[in-house]
Amino acid sequence: MTEERLKKPDEILNDVCLSSENQDWLNSKPDFRKGTYLYSAPLKHQSYLGLPNQREWNPADADWKLPENWKEVILSGMADLLRKHRSFRLFLDICVRCGACADKCHFFLGSGDPKNMPVLRAELLRSVYRRYFTLSGRLFGRFAGARDLDEDVLKEWFYYFYQCTECRRCSVYCPYGIDTCEITMMGRDLLNRVGCNVQWVIEPASNCFRTGNHLGVPPHAFKETLDFAIDEIKGLTGISVEAPINKKGAEILFVAPSADYFANPHWFTLLGYLMMFREIGLDYTWSAYASEGGNFGLFHSAELAKRLNAKIYAEAKRLGVRWILGGECGHMWRTIHQYMDTFNGPADFLEEPVSPVTGTKFENAKSTKMVHICEFTADLIYNNALKLDKSRNDKWSITFHDSCNPARSMGLLEEPRYIIKNTCNNFYEMPENTIREKTFCCGSGAGLGADENLEMRLRGGFPRANAVKYVQERHGVNMLACICAIDKAAFPPLLDYWVPEVGVCGVHELLGNALIMEGETERTTNLRGEALADEAVDDIR
Amino acid sequence: MSILLPVIGILVLLLVCLTGVVWFKFTFLFGVVFPYAASFIFISGCIYRVVIWARSPVPFCIPTVCGQQRSLLWIKSDKVQSPFTSWGLIRRMASEIVFFRSLFRNDKTELRKGQILSNDASRLLWLGGLVFHWSIFIILVRHLKLFVEPVPRFAVFLQNIDGMFQFGSSNFYLTDVFILLSLLFLLLRRIVSSRMRLISIFTDYFALYLILAILVSGVLMKYVYKADVMSIKRMLMGMLAFKPFVIADMSPVFYVHIFFVCILLIYFPFSKLMHLGGVFLSPTRNLKNDSRAKRHVNPWDYPVKVHTYEEWENEFRSALKEAGLPVEKRKIRKSKEDND
Repeated sequence: MTEERLKKPDEILNDVCLSSENQDWLNSKPDFRKGTYLYSAPLKHQSYLGLPNQREWNPADADWKLPENWKEVILSGMADLLRKHRSFRLFLDICVRCGACADKCHFFLGSGDPKNMPVLRAELLRSVYRRYFTLSGRLFGRFAGARDLDEDVLKEWFYYFYQCTECRRCSVYCPYGIDTCEITMMGRDLLNRVGCNVQWVIEPASNCFRTGNHLGVPPHAFKETLDFAIDEIKGLTGISVEAPINKKGAEILFVAPSADYFANPHWFTLLGYLMMFREIGLDYTWSAYASEGGNFGLFHSAELAKRLNAKIYAEAKRLGVRWILGGECGHMWRTIHQYMDTFNGPADFLEEPVSPVTGTKFENAKSTKMVHICEFTADLIYNNALKLDKSRNDKWSITFHDSCNPARSMGLLEEPRYIIKNTCNNFYEMPENTIREKTFCCGSGAGLGADENLEMRLRGGFPRANAVKYVQERHGVNMLACICAIDKAAFPPLLDYWVPEVGVCGVHELLGNALIMEGETERTTNLRGEALADEAVDDIR
Repeated sequence: MSILLPVIGILVLLLVCLTGVVWFKFTFLFGVVFPYAASFIFISGCIYRVVIWARSPVPFCIPTVCGQQRSLLWIKSDKVQSPFTSWGLIRRMASEIVFFRSLFRNDKTELRKGQILSNDASRLLWLGGLVFHWSIFIILVRHLKLFVEPVPRFAVFLQNIDGMFQFGSSNFYLTDVFILLSLLFLLLRRIVSSRMRLISIFTDYFALYLILAILVSGVLMKYVYKADVMSIKRMLMGMLAFKPFVIADMSPVFYVHIFFVCILLIYFPFSKLMHLGGVFLSPTRNLKNDSRAKRHVNPWDYPVKVHTYEEWENEFRSALKEAGLPVEKRKIRKSKEDND
């Protein structure tokens, strides 16, 4: 068998036609071609989480080994979700198919597949909803846009609801705020009820449930990796920082996405956190039990999201901290900002967050009691609590990618920019309609960051990469800063493919570079061990 | 198919009405019974739909945030697109409902030369939609003169502005022109663009044709057949007072107009046209972005199976101790070791 070859950029774009001629979408079936779909969840993890219809199965097979009564399960599941979520019922009811959302989806722009238009992605469910839950659909069938539920429809759901990154960009443009993320969440919830889950969501979720983090890092390895970071900082700055774990009575519990301490280039963001915490003398602790800020449960169902999220408050209570600080992560912050208090609150055992350094009260977090590290750091910089040397980031011309969830679910737009502007001299924005609330997704969020669907991820990431290319050509941008762990994992291969020569970093890596620590040895390299700007320029000369 | 079939549907309806009125002289049926029935279905249907939506819980606080959050005091927050206060939320909802704010953001993204995605503001849909809906609104207000005595002053005022231009001897209404143009625009964009054709279904066209039919019959009545406004008003006031009667010799075009309006009223609650009510209830727009400052309660929340700290420590206790990390319980293992 020959190895599946990855298409070249122009080959991929040649496939794309945004004005589709295939008019009969109700009857066309998805093509489970390698590179476009996700693998199924391994049995071991299905059973660890106690998911329905546990079995080994393969999406590319004709037989999905569905339970005999799968149709009833789906339809009663739909009734259940309709009863529980106004968003679901309303969004199925009121779409007028104006088409404003069509060219807003990165997957449509990168694939040209009409069912990746948000309006049609929703129609996949809506057509079934009409058939079984509305009078007009029951009476007039096809004329009312209704169709029967059969296995092909279910397979289509699986294909397209795992081809949506729940980035909410379409919702920004919809005149009624119809949010495809909600539709996709409900679609995935329904698929779960008949046991159709994907590995890239279930395995991290199961790991997180057992060990405390998505990567399945056990506590001793967690300690080792933090020790390693401490050594590295010692080598870079001559300073011994501390990284307390499970320390009772600390003032603050710090929770970051697990990729920060196990993946690259996330690692340098971790170094940045640790250096800053040392510099301000923060009394804080990590937790090995709640060693994950991210929440892959959110990509599966509200229930699984709640099960994983419970650890953070439970641990904050056990350790007796006053409030919680959270690291750079995208969907983690959607969970914390819009769900955590509802899931597992009220957090009445915590105190309203106050910066121990500046005395600033974070009133916007007074109920959830969890502060985003960019809010925390921006406040430190504003109050001159950090000494910074911008020139240490001079070798980079930086642009900032707004991660979908902090941008569109939280409105965290200026805080990271403020930090970047205070730690770097060269900062350039991408075009206005690709940043802030209009930001384009990396194409790998919501559990899509696997290897087997790489082609689809590259397609989905194309609009974002194209905007990066724009600033690369105009301003010589060679570094993309972001505040999301999935971004940091997804962008290196993505940019390498579409816009070579642009690196990826976290905002707190830039801070770590610029931070002048008391008593540090002279820095000759950045956190990556690369020569600082001046020498780099000298080298070229 | 889905473009033409609804046309046939409209023509059949037209035929039904004309046969009924001209041939069979069922004027009471078409002038009184249908309108009563349609109004009843419309009102009860709309209430039913809105009540179903309004009673469905909103378990999570999920606004789509379109601006800077309120966080640190020195960072200017977007009070409307990321509303933190009720006043901000009211402004956001008003901008959506009155000016179609979200649609105003619309841009057009295309692949050009296989490489560059270009983004240009594309406000035509916004403009067409806004003109269309505002024209409907003004036309409805204008129609108040047929239902209310004395005619409200703002209705007279609007009508005077709307009818300030003259064509030949008679005045005409600007909104009649605007609605016709915008309706044709909305229809043509569905038919001309292959992408719009793809996403449009039967009902999308049907709704547009139906409104077009109402529009055409109304325009014919006013400008061509010059229907007697005072007779129409007497009939409608009679209906409103529940003392219905039919005036003889009303032009058939009046019945056609009324008939299509009835069809619209009946169709409305069961169709996508309910977006009129739904837009007020959309959870991504009508919630404040204050979910970390104020706890949002999920009415159907239930306890879930979690992996507790105790279970976790039981599994990893020896590893924790080996790594020098604190543990809650040493006892279980210790007593075992002691026994050993």
